[in-house]
Amino acid sequence: MIADVVPTTTWYLLLSAVLFGIGAMGVLVRRNPLVIFMCIELMLNAVNLSFVALAVRFGDISGQTAVFFVLVVAAAEVVVGLGILVSILRSRPGATADDLAELKG
Amino acid sequence: MELLVFVLASAMVIAGAGGVILSRNPVHAALGLVLTLFGVAVHFVALEAHFLAAVQVIVYAGAIVVLFLFVIMLLGVDRAENIEVEPLKVQRPLAIVIGVGTIGIVAAAVLRVRSTLAQGEPLQSDGDSNIRQLAADLFSDRVFAFELTSVLLIVAVAGTVVMTRRQRASREDDRS
Repeated sequence: MIADVVPTTTWYLLLSAVLFGIGAMGVLVRRNPLVIFMCIELMLNAVNLSFVALAVRFGDISGQTAVFFVLVVAAAEVVVGLGILVSILRSRPGATADDLAELKG
Repeated sequence: MELLVFVLASAMVIAGAGGVILSRNPVHAALGLVLTLFGVAVHFVALEAHFLAAVQVIVYAGAIVVLFLFVIMLLGVDRAENIEVEPLKVQRPLAIVIGVGTIGIVAAAVLRVRSTLAQGEPLQSDGDSNIRQLAADLFSDRVFAFELTSVLLIVAVAGTVVMTRRQRASREDDRS
């Protein structure tokens, strides 16, 4: 029966690939720097999902420890990135990624 | 039952991700991000990574998305982005090609190793054994990296404070 089908590691890895691709597309298409940051979060989450799926498959807890470190780095990255964004948008309101070709504030 | 959970959580993840990249308003994109993060947390619960599911909800949905919304409100950039205007004509088709290509390559690799993927001993998942295993790994083998994350967080916070306060300090210097 279809109800007895149990999702395998492959399903999780495929979902993670789709999520990563959507995030990559968003980074390339969107011009609002805030939304680009959100798309980077999507890509990090896709990698986290595949880490956990493979940790369960291999029976190795190290994969879940790696996700913990990815979370810490993602938090630090968002803090620094949004700080840069706040100081840029304060001097140039409404700047898009195309306007930020030079880093000079 | 597992199938139903997987399908529903995957639908949440994909719908949220689509909302992030398609919505014109940054606030709606942030709400789509919340939907995706909750879907990933449901997947973590289904994979019996209970600690990471809790951390996912607390840190990502609780802290990071609130930070995003806070910056959106602070800067007033919640105006809708005009998606019709396109400075670079080739950008959007090229992005779709690259995104679909990435999905295709990774999916092909996953499907190729499907039958040869090693199968280890299942992790213990009764009671609090997940968090015990995680703690034993984190505080024995990875304790140096764990200490380095505290340095990383301090540097990130201090750097952000310095970066965002500089303007006001220079203005006061001009006045005095």
